[in-house]
Amino acid sequence: MCSLTEAVKVTTDIDSLRSEIRDKSVRVIDVRREGDYKQDHIPNSVNLPLATLLSDDSPERVLKLVNSLGIDDETPVVVYDDTFGALASRVAWTLEWIGHSDVTLLETTFGNWKSLGLEIDSLTPEISNKEHSMNLQSNILATSDYLESAKLRDDVILIDNRERLNYLEQHIPGAVNLPYRTLSSNDGILRPKEDMKRLFDNRGISGDSEIITYCGSVGTLSGLAYYALKSTGIPNAKLYVRSFKEWKNLEKPTDKQADANYWDLSAE
Amino acid sequence: MSISKLTPSSSDSAKPKINWARVDEADNFANTVKLYRQGKYDEDSFRRFRLQHGAYGTRMTSDYAMVRVKLPAGEIYPKQFETLSRLSEQYSIGSAHFSTRENIQLHWVVLEDVSEIFRSLAEVGLTSREACGNSVRNVMCSPLSGVCSDEKFDSTPYALATAKFFLRNPMAQSLPRKFKFNFTCCEKHGMVRMVDVGLIPEIQQINGSEQKGFKIFLGGGLGNRSFIGHQLEDFTPEEDLLYTSIAVMRIFDRLGDRKNLARNRMRYLVNDMGWEKFQNLVLKERAIVRATQSVVTKLKVDTTPDKITRPLKISDESGSSVPDGYARWLKTNTMKQKQSEYYSVFITLEAGDITSNQLNSMATLIREFSSEGKARSGFVQNVALRYVHEDDLVKLYSKLLETGLAKSGGLTMTTPVGCSGTTSCNLALTNSHRLAKEIQRKFLELKLDEDEDLTDSSIKISGCPNSCAQHGIATIGFFGGGGRLGKDMYPNYQMSLGGRFDADTTLGQTCLRVPAKRVIPVILKIIEMFKENKQSGDTLKSWIHRIVNDSEDSNIKSVGDIKKVLEPIVVPPTKEDDPDFYLDYGSDTSYHTKTGKGECAA
Repeated sequence: MCSLTEAVKVTTDIDSLRSEIRDKSVRVIDVRREGDYKQDHIPNSVNLPLATLLSDDSPERVLKLVNSLGIDDETPVVVYDDTFGALASRVAWTLEWIGHSDVTLLETTFGNWKSLGLEIDSLTPEISNKEHSMNLQSNILATSDYLESAKLRDDVILIDNRERLNYLEQHIPGAVNLPYRTLSSNDGILRPKEDMKRLFDNRGISGDSEIITYCGSVGTLSGLAYYALKSTGIPNAKLYVRSFKEWKNLEKPTDKQADANYWDLSAE
Repeated sequence: MSISKLTPSSSDSAKPKINWARVDEADNFANTVKLYRQGKYDEDSFRRFRLQHGAYGTRMTSDYAMVRVKLPAGEIYPKQFETLSRLSEQYSIGSAHFSTRENIQLHWVVLEDVSEIFRSLAEVGLTSREACGNSVRNVMCSPLSGVCSDEKFDSTPYALATAKFFLRNPMAQSLPRKFKFNFTCCEKHGMVRMVDVGLIPEIQQINGSEQKGFKIFLGGGLGNRSFIGHQLEDFTPEEDLLYTSIAVMRIFDRLGDRKNLARNRMRYLVNDMGWEKFQNLVLKERAIVRATQSVVTKLKVDTTPDKITRPLKISDESGSSVPDGYARWLKTNTMKQKQSEYYSVFITLEAGDITSNQLNSMATLIREFSSEGKARSGFVQNVALRYVHEDDLVKLYSKLLETGLAKSGGLTMTTPVGCSGTTSCNLALTNSHRLAKEIQRKFLELKLDEDEDLTDSSIKISGCPNSCAQHGIATIGFFGGGGRLGKDMYPNYQMSLGGRFDADTTLGQTCLRVPAKRVIPVILKIIEMFKENKQSGDTLKSWIHRIVNDSEDSNIKSVGDIKKVLEPIVVPPTKEDDPDFYLDYGSDTSYHTKTGKGECAA
């Protein structure tokens, strides 16, 4: 892999998407629940609820879904959600994983799109099937076995993207905590690039290392972190997509912050 | 009607008068952390640097810090609340914590993220600079200053000017130890005799004209050993406020004990030297300061009055019903201001904790209800929303209910103060924080907040002898330690009675040690004794006051008598009989005392 830290385009801004929609040069995926989608969505977008994807996210099934959404190898894809970009990230990452190279996240959420008074629609577009090839990118996926051996290496950084209290209570040994909320800005799902770089730089997170992200269960929060890393040009990021839920089920070792009653400080 | 007429009024036009921040301190902090992690900065120098910037250490780890954000004079604006809300989610545990000194703290922050917090704070004019370390700590002011009917004048502008003068001032960067100023409104609301410099506004007639000034108290302070402050002179005119402050700090700087960290607060110096000698030194030093300071050295006191504009209501569901609990809340959480038709509303928190959602709600509540467009942090880990019009109180209460901020008992004994204890502090021996919450929940359930006999009393709980919760001035105060039965340890508290922080400021008298799990029954027993023996017109506070002053002649005459009644309750059971007794609140593993290095005196 090229070790140059080149920033990769991971988000599509609102204006670009609006013109791409007008040109019909883009496939927009709405990952919200079907009911929400039916009510209103960005014009011409298609619906792929995250739950539908997660019910079976084997490469073969994902390929079928992608074909049915009218996406071939050349189709530019933009994904959005109403959950600060985390669900969209998980879907985008899955497309990347089966070998789709042109996928980005909408820079904002659907809620914000609406509040800006931008166009919405309740029509479901007619889509004809397309043929996407299968070119599995296993270099962006971390399995538990892979993680277990990789995290012993000095050049690997493991990032836990759950909230601080969850991390303090229990985490994969050696992980550092970067709560998903640190990745966003006031109006965007991701911080501006320079801001993001500074945050990572302070934490010693750089392109010299391989970075593996995980979160609570299905790789959504950590999916967002995967794109945050990519946005700063970090070339070697992997998603431990089965995340902490699987790690615990496999009864692998965990760590906790001992000798402090931090939960009692939270105002729940 | 034009759109602009429909938008809410200009309450958000209340902007902070002073920008406390300097954004370059964020870069500097980030770089210094890097150098430290690379081993290019030694531990001691780094700790001093970190504390000077308001980042305190965290229990049993060097990976995390607590960022203590100063709210000078307690003032906080809507945008600042919103920023703190976001920061608490991004870098902390999804909540923040109001301290007893008008700071708001973010705990469990990754050291490497602290500079990011500084950067965001700077956008809204806040700083944590000199919130820790050997510097002038946050300058406090009574949350009622400006609205209190007993005050001579509003001391807020003087508190702000003092804070501004000493922040980043070279003379305050390396004091022997921390140094605290408290301004107040009046004697009753107090808190001026238990601090290095305490000030009450005062007016004197001099040659037929009114002269503003202060009653200044020096050398008080709470801690491992506590002392009550001494009044410097009858009256200190306002021109002498700065000269007096500088003179006191110069003496402390020169003579304070820099070697013995355990006893180097100014109160020890005053005590060792004797008050009269110290007083003389201050008066002489002040003459020198007055004679030698440049004429440009002045407090910049901005006495421009705040704009008071009642926020417009766009939609007013007048005639909406009064929610349950309103009368109880109104009685225990609000105070009439000296400005007619206006109230100050105290928001009760549990031991100072506030969630990120609630921080956000506070911004909205200020905009919708406070005619001064800002809020004030209080003396007891709470927030005061002032200038609320009396016609808006019901509606405000409904809004508070929606956000979980409507707990009653805010101005009564049912809201104990609890320091952070073992939730994050290196020095803590017990979970005082959780105990304060447990007491509050129990007492609200028992509706003790409605008992007028208990309103003017207080409960304050520190997790160690160092008094962050100010237990020494509580009616019933506690500080944590470990108890032992055979080989088994249990969380324990030393209880003191009869402390007060008003004009008759007194330190509580030690009564007895109470195991953590017996604290609630013990307090209830004290209340029972009081009810049996009280005279007409008595409150718990006045009854205990007579006892500690040996002027009570009922069955209970002394603290010793109270102790005798309580002793059976505090006898430790064996671990087999009552395993829960050996666990601290909030913990399911057996209790043992464990502390790290304190940083109060770094």
